Amino acid sequence: MSSHEHSLAAQAVDVRLGEAHVLRGVSLSVGAGELVALVGPNGAGKSTLLSVLSGDVVPERGTVTLDGRPLASLAARELARRRAVLLQRQGLAFGFRVADVVAMGRAPWHRTPAAADDELLVAAAMERADVTPLALRLFPTLSGGEQARVSFARVLAQAAPVLLLDEPTAALDVRHQEAVLGVARAAADEGAAVVVVLHDLSLAAAYADRVAVLSDGVVAADGPPAAVLTDELVSRVYQHPVRVVDVGGSLVVVPVRTSTKEAPCAVS
Amino acid sequence: MTATLPAGTTALARPRIRAGRVGLLAGLGAALGAALVVAAGRGQLDVPPGEVLGSLFHRVGLDVGPLPSHPQGEATLWQVRFPRVLTAAVAGAALATAGALMQGVFGNPLAEPGVVGVSSGAALGAASVIVFGWTFLGTWSVAVAAFAGGLATTLLVYLLSRDAGRTETVTLVLTGIALNAMTSAGLAFLMFLGDTQAREEIVFWTLGSLNGSRWEHLAVMVPVAAVGLVAALLLARPLDLLALGDRAARHVGVDVERLRLTTIVVVALLTAAAVAFCGVIAFVGLVVPHLVRLAAGPGHRLLVPASALGGAVLLVLADLWARTAVEYADLPIGMLTSLVGGPFFFWLIRRARRTAGGWA
Repeated sequence: MSSHEHSLAAQAVDVRLGEAHVLRGVSLSVGAGELVALVGPNGAGKSTLLSVLSGDVVPERGTVTLDGRPLASLAARELARRRAVLLQRQGLAFGFRVADVVAMGRAPWHRTPAAADDELLVAAAMERADVTPLALRLFPTLSGGEQARVSFARVLAQAAPVLLLDEPTAALDVRHQEAVLGVARAAADEGAAVVVVLHDLSLAAAYADRVAVLSDGVVAADGPPAAVLTDELVSRVYQHPVRVVDVGGSLVVVPVRTSTKEAPCAVS
Repeated sequence: MTATLPAGTTALARPRIRAGRVGLLAGLGAALGAALVVAAGRGQLDVPPGEVLGSLFHRVGLDVGPLPSHPQGEATLWQVRFPRVLTAAVAGAALATAGALMQGVFGNPLAEPGVVGVSSGAALGAASVIVFGWTFLGTWSVAVAAFAGGLATTLLVYLLSRDAGRTETVTLVLTGIALNAMTSAGLAFLMFLGDTQAREEIVFWTLGSLNGSRWEHLAVMVPVAAVGLVAALLLARPLDLLALGDRAARHVGVDVERLRLTTIVVVALLTAAAVAFCGVIAFVGLVVPHLVRLAAGPGHRLLVPASALGGAVLLVLADLWARTAVEYADLPIGMLTSLVGGPFFFWLIRRARRTAGGWA
């Protein structure tokens, strides 16, 4: 697959939400086979940028193109066959079973030849997101982390070549954090273009090809993890001193703590 | 406890679920057939079910079964009973389906045409026709005015009560109170304007009654309800996806705005089909879809047809009760459904508050 085959690009995007100028001249692109981690402090505009990339928010200025075509020119269904989105918060108005929720990801392919693979793809997606044992449970009765994984399975079932994931690891335990990013990484290796919003910089360093740092509505840095995640840049953007250390070949970002806890035995 | 119960009861294998779906629809269909035959026979002049069937068979040219033994039996069946039980069935199906659609588009299981004021909006339209004597469309005038009133109120509720893709229960109920207050004022004003006969007719609308059902009314009701029901079945699949929320629904390819507007028009159409000739019959659209969801889950592809059949059964039986409970009296059916539906609504609100931890 050429790097141009599936690509999503935002060019000089401006977004205002009420008074706030949330994004100012932001450009970000992701190509086939690439996993881009979008990081930055709270309120930097990460989720807004993801909404712009997914077509939910139309920017005041600037363009977004998917596979070379403007997002606005694609109908909802056409768009859904090309990109899948995992939102930060999952909700479900009625008590559907987990298997039914995952199968909803196949909706864009209804009445197309690809629908023949529906059952296989749903089963595979549930396996990859580790939710197969939950298949017959009711979605609203699941824990937050389980709901997030079910939604992730739904996104995988959609089989879109562009994946946009907004904090997919937020509610997950360590094992599932690694598993979800491992699956996202594998999807990229198979040719998907993936954008992941992350808070954990060490996770971003471990799984991303590129890390884009958003700060106050502008891109502060965009490049390979080792080039972007430096003590200086991260400390400045997050306004908190951090140290980036190399642990056995992987970068780990550690906040510098001014007051550390005493050893437990010293507490009376 | 209540939250985990459904998980256990629905833990069935897929083929069994599919068989269960067919079974539910077949069972409801059979129940509807039986209810129609029994209800058509019961009343001041009793005709046994066998004779009801016999009369039907003879009418279509089959020489099967006994004809009504009472000299007035045949006439009673064909001039009074059949139009009445069929009107009940069509109105019940339309109202229950409208409820199911409305709950889907509002993302709230408490939305219902009667509760949020759509029915009274449609009644206001119908009452205007009565008072001002508009006859621009013949027998269709009342239906068209009811549709316009219903559509206007549905749009109002929708615009006033939705926020971020969902409607909170408290907003929905309060919007309903406000709209019902406004439509009541409108109806009161129309009663003030109208003459005695118009007043009586308006009272009839607000109480809801199937007394005076006629074949000519059915000729209007049936096509309108049929269009609405077919549209509802076509909307079932995307409505499932709307449960994900507006944004996620769009992400899986639903044109959310178009789906919402289409659904609202269909809700108004179905509500108008019932209200135009039967008046306000509340809570059918609340009780029936809720019971179907308990039995068969929230998937609209089953919920919509099962609600239609269930609503028809419920209203046929409710009407049977309304006209036989007290001898020589025809109780207003809207009063009966509210009498039963009110407490049910109350119970649902309590439950929603408990399970959602608030007025979500």
